[in-house]
Amino acid sequence: MTQSEAVICHKITKEFGAADNRNLVLRGVDLKVHYGELTLLVGPSGCGKTTLISVIAGLLNATGGELEVLGRDMSRLPKGDAVVFRRRNLGFVFQQYNLLPALTAAENAAVPLLAGGMRRNHAVERAGELLASLGLEQRRHARPAQLSGGQQQRVALARALIHSPRLIVCDEPTSALDHETGHAVMELLKRMAVREDRAVIVVTHDARVFEFADRIAYMEDGVITRVEVTKKSIAAVS
Amino acid sequence: MNFVALQMLLGDRAKYIGLVMAVAFSTFLMSHQSSIFSGVMNRTRSQIQDVQDASIWVMDPKTQYFDEVKALNDNVLYRVRGVPGVEWAVPMYKGLPTARAINGDFRTVLLMSVDDNSLAGAPRRLLAGDIADLRQPDSVLMDRAAYSFFFPNQPLSTGKAFEMNDHRVKVVGIFESSAPFTNFPVFYARYSNAIRYQGRERNMMSFVLVKAHPGLSDEEVCRRIRASTGLTARTDLDFGWQTIDYYIAHTGIPINFGITIAIALLVGTLVAGQTFYIFTLENLKQFGALKAIGVTNWRIMGMILLQALLVAAVGYSIGITMTAAFFEITKNNIDLRGFFLPWQIATGTAVAVLIIIVLASAMSIRRVLVLEPAIVFRG
Repeated sequence: MTQSEAVICHKITKEFGAADNRNLVLRGVDLKVHYGELTLLVGPSGCGKTTLISVIAGLLNATGGELEVLGRDMSRLPKGDAVVFRRRNLGFVFQQYNLLPALTAAENAAVPLLAGGMRRNHAVERAGELLASLGLEQRRHARPAQLSGGQQQRVALARALIHSPRLIVCDEPTSALDHETGHAVMELLKRMAVREDRAVIVVTHDARVFEFADRIAYMEDGVITRVEVTKKSIAAVS
Repeated sequence: MNFVALQMLLGDRAKYIGLVMAVAFSTFLMSHQSSIFSGVMNRTRSQIQDVQDASIWVMDPKTQYFDEVKALNDNVLYRVRGVPGVEWAVPMYKGLPTARAINGDFRTVLLMSVDDNSLAGAPRRLLAGDIADLRQPDSVLMDRAAYSFFFPNQPLSTGKAFEMNDHRVKVVGIFESSAPFTNFPVFYARYSNAIRYQGRERNMMSFVLVKAHPGLSDEEVCRRIRASTGLTARTDLDFGWQTIDYYIAHTGIPINFGITIAIALLVGTLVAGQTFYIFTLENLKQFGALKAIGVTNWRIMGMILLQALLVAAVGYSIGITMTAAFFEITKNNIDLRGFFLPWQIATGTAVAVLIIIVLASAMSIRRVLVLEPAIVFRG
């Protein structure tokens, strides 16, 4: 293992159900996600992409194999510690945004800070500053229902970034957006999220966003079939 | 995260109002019906409580409650007076003669007696007239309810005449009585007059009212009277509770009120529980996102309980205010006088609302605690 790898999956398996209903979704995944890179995880529906990022994010436990995330052996992490680990080190961008409809954009973006115990005024102020850098300065007091899909996804991006996590996990961040908006969101993601000390992993179907990838992992039937390095990544340069 | 929890709750106005109203009406029904029940039960001992001069009631040993008495022989009075520790003892008559106004309106009334000489046993809350005027021939005191029936829309004044069992009697005083259970108008007359209005029978004395010697407890004097005479002697408090216990045990009143209160509790729990559960289900993705982001189960449980407690506090405040307002508005209504919201019922209802809201939120908490945060990755 080297310092350049944020995530190391070795022979990861995941099965659901029991006995006759057993369903092996991950069949021995080997994958490395590097710091300073945006890694796309692509593949047909039902191939296990969502299950894999759920396992990587600590939302599901792997059935077998070894998983190291940000230097921690996830299989040895107690459940309570896993929650704290997630809160401190991971940021999430969801397909359906999952913003809280009753909160303003700034309050939504501030949720990870609030969950960490920061005072509301301070957290919302910081979120407001981040939203401004994402081009939403005028919309910080708007509620999700008053925002367009692209704006909501930018708020979700702010929520993923606000607590400076070292790994950002995105699930189909552009699938609910038109081409132009999706492109803009990916540009923002690339510009704001990718850092030397941070890795970004994006699950997508959308071939239009492949141009933003530093590395593309192709998945099929529960295994990674190939990994393609598309450009010089920050890690590779350094 | 408390802020987030409250915003989630208050942001869904329709459900929030639905939840609060479910708790409010449940609170109103429970506290209102309990207060009415308590008031009705309290009414069964009204005339016991209205006698302020004596605190011991002597009666036939088989007496079960105030409204059903077997008349005592006059000799009983002298035997009671002979018991050591009795300061004084006076006879008391209680009957149900018919009173008729000049215009022909009539009602069965509750006639109570006071002692001929000392006037012991007379009511204390006099609105007009003078108790001493009971010494006049053919005189009675009548309560405000009786006055408003026999002399409607007339200002309170003494000197008016009417008939009681064909005897012409004169009102020498008007008083405020505690409303009796049967809602009969209440009259007081001297003992000798009372039995004359009723019509003489062999035994007329309903009770002997006793005052204990200073320095001796009522309980001790009761014990001595029982031992010496074989009669039942009870303190006014005991006799009042014996009467209430009789009505609780031998009437359908507690069952009927109990059913209403139980339904209020059940409906409140079901409606609040269902609405709260639907509210939680609709926010399941949001809770999943919070769990994914790293909010602990304990914190989420705290958020749901905070939401539930806010609903309980607001709903209870509205409901209990409605109950208090009802009794405040109706306190001067003759038929509803004496009903009020006791603090014990307000407290008990608060506990019931707490139970409702804990039960209502339990399902939601369970649903969220078992929620797999990976749900957020499913489109």
